[in-house]
Amino acid sequence: MTEERLSTAGEDLLTINGLTKAYPGVVANDHVSFSIRPGEVHALLGENGAGKSTLVKMIYGLVTPDAGSMTLNGQPYAPAEPRAARASGVAMVFQHFSLFEALDVAENIALGMENPPKMRDLAARIREVSQNYGLPLDPDQLVGDLSAGERQRVEIIRCLLQNPKLLIMDEPTSVLTPQEVSILFQTLEKLRGEGCAILYISHKLEEIRTLCDHATVLRLGKVVGNCNPREETARAMAEMMVGEVLHVPQKAPRVPQEVALEIEALDVAARTHFGTALKDINMAVQMGEILGIGGVAGNGQDELCSVIAGEILVPADKVRLLGKDVGDKGPNARRALGMLAAPEERLGHAAAPDMSLIENALLSGAVREGLERRGMINWGKTRDFAKRIIKEFDVRTPSENTAARALSGGNLQKFVIGREIMQNPSVLVVNQPTWGVDASAAAAIRQALLDLAAKGAAIVVISQDLDELMEISDRFAALNEGRLSAPVDAAGLTVDQIGLMMGGAHDLEPVQVAG
Amino acid sequence: MDLSAISPTLLLASLMVAATPILLAALGELVVEKSGVLNLGVEGMMITGAICGFAIAVETGSPVVGFIAAAVGGALLSLIFGILTQFLLSNQVATGLALTLFGLGLSSLLGQSYVGIRPPAVGKLDLGPLADIPFIGPVLFNHDLMVYLSLALCVGTWAVLKYTRAGLILRAVGENHDAAHALGYKVVKVRLLAIMFGGACAGLGGAYLSLIRVPQWTEGMTAGAGWIALAIVVFASWRPLRVLLGAYLFGGVTVLQLNLQAAGMAIPVEYLSMSPYLITIVVLVIMSAPRKGGKARASLAAPACLGRAFHASH
Repeated sequence: MTEERLSTAGEDLLTINGLTKAYPGVVANDHVSFSIRPGEVHALLGENGAGKSTLVKMIYGLVTPDAGSMTLNGQPYAPAEPRAARASGVAMVFQHFSLFEALDVAENIALGMENPPKMRDLAARIREVSQNYGLPLDPDQLVGDLSAGERQRVEIIRCLLQNPKLLIMDEPTSVLTPQEVSILFQTLEKLRGEGCAILYISHKLEEIRTLCDHATVLRLGKVVGNCNPREETARAMAEMMVGEVLHVPQKAPRVPQEVALEIEALDVAARTHFGTALKDINMAVQMGEILGIGGVAGNGQDELCSVIAGEILVPADKVRLLGKDVGDKGPNARRALGMLAAPEERLGHAAAPDMSLIENALLSGAVREGLERRGMINWGKTRDFAKRIIKEFDVRTPSENTAARALSGGNLQKFVIGREIMQNPSVLVVNQPTWGVDASAAAAIRQALLDLAAKGAAIVVISQDLDELMEISDRFAALNEGRLSAPVDAAGLTVDQIGLMMGGAHDLEPVQVAG
Repeated sequence: MDLSAISPTLLLASLMVAATPILLAALGELVVEKSGVLNLGVEGMMITGAICGFAIAVETGSPVVGFIAAAVGGALLSLIFGILTQFLLSNQVATGLALTLFGLGLSSLLGQSYVGIRPPAVGKLDLGPLADIPFIGPVLFNHDLMVYLSLALCVGTWAVLKYTRAGLILRAVGENHDAAHALGYKVVKVRLLAIMFGGACAGLGGAYLSLIRVPQWTEGMTAGAGWIALAIVVFASWRPLRVLLGAYLFGGVTVLQLNLQAAGMAIPVEYLSMSPYLITIVVLVIMSAPRKGGKARASLAAPACLGRAFHASH
């Protein structure tokens, strides 16, 4: 599996030699070495916390290495700051976009350039380059009004305007729709053809198999393997990352049971200017069943999750839990009845970022776990509850006193989902349960959801990851502009059928006649 | 009551004078807030500038040196705020409030021996024939240099923020400090410079009160002007030219109530003195009211990182 690549320094674009960076308590990178050739798409693989981000930050000059050296085009390369890196032809597209919402596209691009031309000339260049690469952009638009895919275009165009020799992309597809991903890949292919090397970080192994020529695998800061992704299976690469045999979630066969959650003819108006209205939602989820709901972000997912969680109140008979009307009950009343939720946004919605895991355990567990009595908190019991979640769901954290913000995305997600599952819900809704979570944590979360369903809970999984939905759902439905398609059996569903479900319903919108 | 005793010419002319201190302080605070820092110490920096300017002008006999000293004094005081909030990451709201209280106390201490003295007079700028134009001349062209400097500063601030790279970087830092840091901009440095600019402007505003508008030194003489300056920044939705509008509007109300008092209006003086503040509150409420189907209008323009501490983490 590990094949040593023989190459001479002369033909390599970037050579990394023994880069080491330690932070208090953790060695983020331990003697990492590899090299990238011009025109190569090089994947950097590893779980969360494997040291990928630290490594690319060193290449981009945001972090100074403790030891080791780099050469770029045969010259010693040690950027003291991003400016120096950009001047040497290294550009980076960030995972969480480094964009300014209140500024327009041209201003955002100017900020990422060393010596930007006059605004008028820059606007013209942006139009020209963005058309050339098939990524049309309007320089005068405010970035705050753009979709995730368009925002990424801004970042990419910002890099391209400087004619980079090496483009670093950190998780570029995690927020894109499938169509946007294919446009991105065409752009990257074009760049590769022009001799630009690309260092590509992603969790999505299938993407890496289609796109990359070479992969370096990191685990706990060390290089543990090299491979040609086209010749490996996604599973083999995942196992290389994790260092152990990957556990694939197992689904048990199921017999029809009584309906646990029912939503009938539900309409909810959009709550904000940027929200989506829910239109005529009908669904019934049986005990022990997982209903997967797919769709592109912003088609009503958050609203639907909030309706089930009780954050948006509706007429009582619109939402029924085991035959009881609960539509007008708030989250705590629903929790008492066994209806729990894990919303999408980990920091700020599912968990309070600056509060400890104990406090976060209390916030949603107080009712069902009996953590408070007559308004007084039972801290001992709460601590035990937090510890149980941490143990049961393998949450890697220094202690249960750690602030939620300090955990990596995957670990916090395991905590958030675990906190709800440990309360033995009879209905659970989760929104994007494995977004930005590494392969082994994602597998663990999916397995936990399947186990919960096997115990008889009705589960609604809202996700943009179709592979995930196919893996765990019993039935599948799609949200499109606030309408939910009729759920169908997930077994045997093809990608074409899913595409039709995700695209169709809005054509049926009745025409409003004025007057 | 004799309203005819109020001369529109004098009213408008004194309006410009009344508005200048808050215009200066508000412009400084606008730049500070645009960089993402909320400094509630404007009042403290103003009054510190007032006494620094007053004392130095009296000692040297030169108002110009006095104004320079006021700017330096205000900037130094704001630097305390800058170090506390930018390096030691203290809470901006609490630190700003403390700065106001500290500035009020410090200025009383410094000003003990200056009570009841008249400062050197500041002459009107001679604009020649312009000042002789009927009505417009006395209103617009018969003021001291600082009035015109404050107007130039307003236009300058607008142009720098809108058209220059430095202005773009400042706005970027206030909008998303993490992204600005990732792109290699020095967030803390930019913010420190903005804070000091804000301090210097507040100091100039204070000195305008003690050297020109009043002109003498009394304890607590800024009397809430710093708070009004803060309110005007929000009122103006962080736009320099609207700050001008806000400051002149407020200056106008202040002057009008003084004139109404002089004309013997039959309502208690206290109501009139309150009116500028009440009007400010009303305007702020109207500006911040949520619009149909959208965010609150004022919040649309607020720098996204306003008041948030920045700590570079890797």
